[in-house]
Amino acid sequence: MNDTFQWLYSPIVKEHFTNPKNVFDPDETFEGDSEGVVGNIKCGDQMMFMLKIKDDLITDVRWKTYGCASAIASTSMLSEVIKGMPIREAYSIKPSDIASRLGGLPENKIHCSVLGDKALRAAIDGYLDKKGRSGEFKGEDSVVVCNCLNITDKDIERAAKDGARTWEQLQAATKIGTVCGSCKPRAEELLHEFAHIYGD
Amino acid sequence: MENRFVYMDYNATTPLRDEVKASMIEDLDVYANASSMHEAGRRARDRVEKARVAVAALIGARDPQSILFTSGGSESNNTVFNTMYDLGRSPGARRKIITTAIEHPCVMNAARRLADEGFPVAFLGVDGDGRIDMRDLERELDPSRSQGGPTLLVSVMAANNEIGTLQDMKAIAAAAKAAGAFTHTDAVQAAGKITIDIASWGVDYLTLSCHKIYGPKGVGALYVRKGAPAEPLIRGGHQELGIRAGTYNNQGILGFGLAAELALRDLGGFAKRLSGLRRRLKEGIAAGVPDIRINGHPSEVLPNTLNVSFPGAEGEAILLSLDLEGIEVSTGSACASGSLEPSHVLMATGVGPELAHGSIRFSMGRGTAEEDVDYVLERLPPIIKRLRRMSTVPSSTSAAAPAKTLAACRD
Repeated sequence: MNDTFQWLYSPIVKEHFTNPKNVFDPDETFEGDSEGVVGNIKCGDQMMFMLKIKDDLITDVRWKTYGCASAIASTSMLSEVIKGMPIREAYSIKPSDIASRLGGLPENKIHCSVLGDKALRAAIDGYLDKKGRSGEFKGEDSVVVCNCLNITDKDIERAAKDGARTWEQLQAATKIGTVCGSCKPRAEELLHEFAHIYGD
Repeated sequence: MENRFVYMDYNATTPLRDEVKASMIEDLDVYANASSMHEAGRRARDRVEKARVAVAALIGARDPQSILFTSGGSESNNTVFNTMYDLGRSPGARRKIITTAIEHPCVMNAARRLADEGFPVAFLGVDGDGRIDMRDLERELDPSRSQGGPTLLVSVMAANNEIGTLQDMKAIAAAAKAAGAFTHTDAVQAAGKITIDIASWGVDYLTLSCHKIYGPKGVGALYVRKGAPAEPLIRGGHQELGIRAGTYNNQGILGFGLAAELALRDLGGFAKRLSGLRRRLKEGIAAGVPDIRINGHPSEVLPNTLNVSFPGAEGEAILLSLDLEGIEVSTGSACASGSLEPSHVLMATGVGPELAHGSIRFSMGRGTAEEDVDYVLERLPPIIKRLRRMSTVPSSTSAAAPAKTLAACRD
């Protein structure tokens, strides 16, 4: 209630939380070309993106989110960023890009509340599938974690999705860190985050 | 209604009562160590002992010496579990600990520590209203029907901090006693809200916290029945019968004494008035917001605590929206817990993660007026409506249906 006291999140988060942009209104008709949903109700966040795409450009977007304030704000921010953007470019947006545009988010909130990028990729993949261009952007959104064996964050995500929960299981699935092993801390961090998103 | 500030988080902590604050400020000039033999020390000690009488009276304890002053509820609870650790280590001693799945984290973690040390620990489940089933307790107390041998301690909270559900302490303590076990209850939330009669409850240990009854933070008490064992958690001087070392926190203890005295004096009227406000809030929310679930027991519940789930809306988002309206509450959502897990209490009642994430605890107190309740009833429904409209999760309270839908669309 004290106006000068800082809010829990940044002023940009507050603005997008209280006045979210491009949120789907249940009373409107929005005929999207593709739709993507991602999230885990057990973790408390779920996101849905609907896209209108023309000539590989995102011409309009609507979204829905079940989640905390930072989840709502980050989805709103992402929806603003991708309007008018080529789908190839939108495909490679990372949670950290959204977090920095929001003026920062607490570390523990980034991977649990910024799921919008994943919902967006699911929507773009769905669009490519429909156009007979399945998997065209695969790999373009990944970051190499294990330099020795060229294993990316996407490989870790896939392993987590398939049930890997421990370092040993991750190694069994990907061979990650079996040469120099210096990637272990970062890889375990990512595994933890993805396990949280895909876990049960 | 005009914007106003509404604090509805009294179960988290309460403001200091004016009378308590005034007496503490006055007491700040009493600097003597209450253990000193000189006159100033004896005067300070006299105030401590008067406070002990008042705290004993709040729980109906006849012997003030059964009250040990501590730094708070967490220390009191840990003192009990630490004593059990010492007792249970002797060869051939009883070792089994029975507690519940809805305890405060300090009891949960103290019990887990004993489990790590090899003690058999049973966490009793609760029903949908948050109550334990006496048959479960009796089975766990019976070595021929459960694991772990004879029971050393049964620890069950008197009133739950999140959903307000009360347990039948009399029956629990009687069952434990019949099986030769000690009984402990964390009565931090019960004190000052319902009548505590230690004699009829028949427990051996009872935990109190001062800041939940309009006293200062950093002070608590542990009731130890005369003859029940108690080992120091903090070793040092001979204070508190050698069970709790450390120079007396004069001002805190004095504040506790006065807060306890006033809580006891006001108890009847407080409980009646708060029950009325709770009913007003409950009925108002039920009338103003569709598809809600009231958590906790319908009648055996704290008069000030109302826990409501709003499926389709997420708790942290509701909390922060209310916060922007000047209304302060708490939530069982994972997003607000720091642990990434939704409320263990609500999960134990079997409501499922979607209802736990969407839960809000309204806990009212001395300062809550009817206008405050009406203000919440005015500002809450549009918030839930707004969040539900942008939500991917259906707001239906039939938990099974949305859960399936979600599982299907997750990947």
